[in-house]
Amino acid sequence: MVKPTQVTNSIRALRFANGEMTQADLAERIGVTRQTVIAIEQGRYSPSLEMAFRIARVFKVPLDGVFHYPDDPAAE
Amino acid sequence: MTHQEKRAWIMLVVSIPAYGVYAGIILSRAGGQPLPQVPYAATLLWTIGASILASIVLEIALGVVNPRASRLKDDRDRQIGRLGDYTGQFFVIIGATAAMLMAMAGWDRFWIANVIYLCFFLSAVLGAATKIIAYRKGFPQW
Repeated sequence: MVKPTQVTNSIRALRFANGEMTQADLAERIGVTRQTVIAIEQGRYSPSLEMAFRIARVFKVPLDGVFHYPDDPAAE
Repeated sequence: MTHQEKRAWIMLVVSIPAYGVYAGIILSRAGGQPLPQVPYAATLLWTIGASILASIVLEIALGVVNPRASRLKDDRDRQIGRLGDYTGQFFVIIGATAAMLMAMAGWDRFWIANVIYLCFFLSAVLGAATKIIAYRKGFPQW
């Protein structure tokens, strides 16, 4: 069953907060194509855990400062 | 557009006319006679050869038109590539199974060769289309 990812991210906001870093700059720093950065930003692609850590390291924030997952209502 | 997505488009753009030309030539040669009596082998091999050559020429042409385009292949490209190949493989299995059963049942070689070629063509189109959809609409999460 294909379902959309529930993972959201703040990459766009973090890029602007970090000297208006371009998608191409971020892509080069994490070793992926610019199209992959665009796909991650738009929620069309969930990166691997390793790529997620590389992105967080670029912005010098913890992983959950970049990627967010909704709380499970059943757990509350 | 990434280099890998361009390659998927090339596969799609080349495969469809190549098979279309082949099917058109074979059907026009038939002219009322049974299809197994139509000479097909040389046409089949020529269209496969021409489609491989056209893919190479198109890829070189894209490199000449935009020499600074990145040829980087990352995790996403590899995942989409695997998804496309896995999806396209469906028709390869159907073609191989059909050919095996047709050979066991004593069908004419014309039909065996053509069912294999048709399934190779469908595999290429389905694989390339899957890759393009994954690039455009997003990678599915299971």
